[in-house]
Amino acid sequence: MKRFAGLLISLIVVVILAVIPMISGSAATRESMFTILMAIALASSLNILLGYTGYVSFGHIVFFGVGGYVGFFTLTQLGWNLWLSMVAGGIAPAILAYLLGKSILRLRGAYFALATIGVNEAMRALVNNLDAFGGPVGMTMKFTVYKDYGGATQALWMTYRMLALVTIVVVVTSYLVKKSKFGLGLMAIREDEDAAEVMGVRAPSAKTWSYVLSAIFPGLVGVLFFFKNGNIEPGDAFRLQLSIELIVMVMLGGFGTVFGPILGAGVYQQLRKSLLTSPIFKNVQLAVAGLLLLLIILFIPTGATGWLRKRFPRLRRVLE
Amino acid sequence: MSIDALLAGFVDGLLIGFVYGVAAMGLTIIFGVMDVINLAHGPLIAIGMFGVYELFTYLGMNPYLAIILVAIGGLLVGIIVYFTAVHRVIDAPPLSSLLSTFSVNMMIIGVGTAILSTSAYNVNFSLPAVSAGPITVTGNRIAAGLIAILVTALLYGFLYRTRPGKYIRAVANNRQAAELMGIPSTRILALAFGVGTMLAMTAGGLIATILPINILAGGTYELKSFVIVVLGGLGNPLGALIGGLILGLIEGLVPIFLKVTWVPVIEFGLFVLILLVMPQGLFGKKDS
Repeated sequence: MKRFAGLLISLIVVVILAVIPMISGSAATRESMFTILMAIALASSLNILLGYTGYVSFGHIVFFGVGGYVGFFTLTQLGWNLWLSMVAGGIAPAILAYLLGKSILRLRGAYFALATIGVNEAMRALVNNLDAFGGPVGMTMKFTVYKDYGGATQALWMTYRMLALVTIVVVVTSYLVKKSKFGLGLMAIREDEDAAEVMGVRAPSAKTWSYVLSAIFPGLVGVLFFFKNGNIEPGDAFRLQLSIELIVMVMLGGFGTVFGPILGAGVYQQLRKSLLTSPIFKNVQLAVAGLLLLLIILFIPTGATGWLRKRFPRLRRVLE
Repeated sequence: MSIDALLAGFVDGLLIGFVYGVAAMGLTIIFGVMDVINLAHGPLIAIGMFGVYELFTYLGMNPYLAIILVAIGGLLVGIIVYFTAVHRVIDAPPLSSLLSTFSVNMMIIGVGTAILSTSAYNVNFSLPAVSAGPITVTGNRIAAGLIAILVTALLYGFLYRTRPGKYIRAVANNRQAAELMGIPSTRILALAFGVGTMLAMTAGGLIATILPINILAGGTYELKSFVIVVLGGLGNPLGALIGGLILGLIEGLVPIFLKVTWVPVIEFGLFVLILLVMPQGLFGKKDS
């Protein structure tokens, strides 16, 4: 039991968050929790690459977009059902990540970060030009599609439950990776890639698989998000801003930890919401968030979880 | 497609390419000296744009005079940004400086959208157009291109002929060795960040004289600058200028053959390709 304490705390937090709207049954709570769970799932999967392997991906949202587009395309144009579409929307980004992993993961540090931005922008521009995907206006889903899932209300709840499930799977995966030999190899790469290779870590393939792993879940989340949304367009799917916000969440909560991205995503989304609704900060919410980020980077570079672990050594056993 | 169209596209692309080159030089100097990718580059360009816009619209100043003031302001802004956001993370892993400069980005954009909203503005000032044979180019574009060339020349004069410029190159080459030679590295780093910002804001000012501007427009030029610095080799100012010209020519010539929406596909495709095949860039040092 004690061995899994680190996983349990993270899981309990996620499950409690996920269950709140199901108990209250309110659609508004569900929508705001959808945003939070989505952020947790995306930030946690980014953390596998960013936190464990130490590669800064600025364009991670490309996998969310690709998954969303493939899922949406198969759903609306080919008439597949949601489950098949989710499979497709998970596989497509995985293949993309594998190919990218074989190529751009050779780049280190700043070069890799720049390349990921390039990949995202190239993909956005490409989709903009593809008529099969609707070009710049994107695609819209007919309302009747929801009928197959018991009407719109039912379909939205089902999407929410699926997202909760995906989020839980991400958190468990993140924990398992961290505790595995594979994860140890990744962290060795993070600390010193050359030294890790000398110690027998096969860095190129380990990096590629961590990239693939961190790409699948954003794809799944993308399918669910755009299924709920009912339409998809390049600007929403490949939003660089969101990509960078995810990094902020991971840093805020503490990178390289299982709990960190959960905490970071939850706090960041709450903060954003309260800043957006406050009359004083409504217009400058971005500036306030930026100031906060700067203070964290300058003074608490390990993030909240790292700080807690350092400050309270007892927590080290339960906060992974 | 005619020869005239090609020629017009070529001249237009070349002129805007020099402006892109100035913006990219700002990014590449900062990277070359301190290994920091300045993610606040776009918003700084936007400050330059609006600096010129405000000076022109509310004080009635000649926009080309305003650019000089904006450039001086840029030096100060850069030094302030360096000491508040960059200095503490200069030796930290790259993620820290990426995020700290991005936080500056968020602050500028946040305050900027609150004040200016995201609607488009225009600097209503035009110089007479120049016609040469079949092609006509607006005077503003020619002026922008010429000023960009002048700025590049001044930058090279500064880096190679003056003492602070030589210090900057020394720190870029090897900071520890430079410190051992008695160069005050902190002040030089701040100066380099100031010069980089100055170039970004100057480019912003030039763009304001030829195209409509809005507070988010800087982001587009930031992405273009990334493409350019990678083309020319990170940390290499001359490479950045040539990269800017290449990008300008792509933008001038590609729309003649393909729909204009394909331009970014080609730009970013080229960007990723160059990173993969020759990460040191077309004109970069071999040893990186």
